[in-house]
Amino acid sequence: MNWSNLFVLTVSAAIGPEAVRYILGAQGLNIHYGYTGLFNFGQAGFMAVGAYGVAIVSASEQAGGLGYSVWLGVLAGLVAAVLLALLMGVPTLRLRGDYLAIVTIAASEIIRLVIRSERFDWLTGGNSGINGFANSFFDANPFDNSHRYEFGPFEYLGKDLWVMLIGWLVIAFFGLLTFLLMRSPWGRVLRSIRENEDAVRSLGKNVQAYKMQALVLGGVMGAVGGAIYALYQNLALPDDFVTRTTFIAYAALILGGAARVGGPIIGGVIWYGIFAFMTNLVTEVSGTYWFKSASWLPSIVKDNAGQFPFVFLGVALMLLVVFRPQGIFGDRREVELDAR
Amino acid sequence: MPADTMETSSGPAALAGVPDTVGVAKPDPIVVADKVVRRFGGVTAVNVDHVEFQRGTITALIGPNGAGKTTFFNLLTCFDQPQEGTWTFNGTPLNGVAPHKVAKMGMVRTFQLTKVLTKLTVIENMRLGATGQKGESFLGSLLKQVWSDQERSITERADELLARFKMDHMREQYAGQLSGGQRKLLEMARALMTEPELIMLDEPMAGVNPALKQSLLEHVKSLRDEGRSVIFVEHDMDMVFDISDWVVVMAEGRLIAEGTPDQVGSNPAVIDAYLGSHHDRDLNPDVGGGPEGGAS
Repeated sequence: MNWSNLFVLTVSAAIGPEAVRYILGAQGLNIHYGYTGLFNFGQAGFMAVGAYGVAIVSASEQAGGLGYSVWLGVLAGLVAAVLLALLMGVPTLRLRGDYLAIVTIAASEIIRLVIRSERFDWLTGGNSGINGFANSFFDANPFDNSHRYEFGPFEYLGKDLWVMLIGWLVIAFFGLLTFLLMRSPWGRVLRSIRENEDAVRSLGKNVQAYKMQALVLGGVMGAVGGAIYALYQNLALPDDFVTRTTFIAYAALILGGAARVGGPIIGGVIWYGIFAFMTNLVTEVSGTYWFKSASWLPSIVKDNAGQFPFVFLGVALMLLVVFRPQGIFGDRREVELDAR
Repeated sequence: MPADTMETSSGPAALAGVPDTVGVAKPDPIVVADKVVRRFGGVTAVNVDHVEFQRGTITALIGPNGAGKTTFFNLLTCFDQPQEGTWTFNGTPLNGVAPHKVAKMGMVRTFQLTKVLTKLTVIENMRLGATGQKGESFLGSLLKQVWSDQERSITERADELLARFKMDHMREQYAGQLSGGQRKLLEMARALMTEPELIMLDEPMAGVNPALKQSLLEHVKSLRDEGRSVIFVEHDMDMVFDISDWVVVMAEGRLIAEGTPDQVGSNPAVIDAYLGSHHDRDLNPDVGGGPEGGAS
């Protein structure tokens, strides 16, 4: 087994474009759930809107798009996310806790199913999605798109480097924004709403308006994540935005620690790192002669080796919630207050 | 604060000549409610014909369990909406007004079950109470220069209040670590951060230890001396008789008596309502009550 190769693959994935997408989604959820206490389980919907905003606006007219520049497309994705937040927020933000979760998860599934339906084939490309809209994005790349850049043992294609550069700059920007907002009285109102919205109302604050601002802000973060991922793949695909996308972002957030600026970032890196490590490990192990010839292993294990990373992650999440519910950055005192 | 106690029409002194009849007009009312009805399904929780609360006084709202006191409180502060009726604060009708707007007008409440913000420190709880904060707008919050001066003066005021309530040593603790009584104090202090004209306390004494009660009483009195109006719901009769200028009694959703503490204390309808000496009869036979029995 090639351990150094395994290590390189793990680290590359942990900071790679796919991790960037989940980190941005988790940063948005940090605003929603971590600071404001909104159980938004429809983050995948915001990500889809960001991705399809870019895809539809910047795909060529032959491909069924509008043929505008990719930057205008990103902007369109953000505007769409704001509109979605407003549309979703007006009827749902009066709901509390679990009810909001049910409605948001349904909303994100509605978005995905509408996007992939045949009726909207002319606009969204149905279940095969839209591709080939990101060329001008890669034209702006200061690196050589097809060149392999080496950093010690790490190797990246120029096009991946460009996506990672943009992605991590955006993550840093949203991290800074979150930090500035949450140290201010505005952030204090959000955290208070998380604790008890009636108390905040009784002190003369417009709770509904604050929740809406939080929903829009976090939704925009998710939409940027969706847009960057679509650009990276040069493809917007409806099934990239299944509910699992939301749950993975949540897992990253809780692993890192909710209501902490660094929580979703470090959580996302570690989460995706572990996932990549497990996937590569399972691939390596299941390719060995030892594994193939191990007659004591039941065939269900042998045939489904690819599912094991998810099993490990599930167990890891359970252990996390039991032994370190506050995540990596959280303060245990805060979590324990809930039990009182 | 308005309410100049020297003026004859306002403050407790002006209540001297007011008769102790239900729904009596006050010289200078701050809150007036008319024909307010709140039903939950078939149960009429509140059915108040007319009541006025005098400005600059401490008014107690008492009554047996289930009398509708807290529901009436929720209605007055717009945390709940009645099926019928009108009510005003400083002459402004409050039908359909959002609760946070009522608070902005200067009518601030506390809750029977305390609602402290557990994962915020005591001082952060206090700071939240301050109104008109520039840093509470999305754009204003981004630049610390915009709000840091105001934050400093808010913190000073919060520290003064905490000292007054003898909670300054808990400044940096999470509110969730406080005892029930301390939470009551914190909630009251936090409400005062809004500089309310009228403060509505829902059972301020419940769960507070006797040593703390005395100081809480003093705090409530000092609010009146500052010219604020206080309305409170309470079961603790010592408190009611000790500090209130006027007492309003509810039973089964209706007002059954009002007057000075002494007048109310000797009112037979009130004694009935509390002790249930006529438990098998309707409280107010002339009104023609429904199938419900006497007060219990």
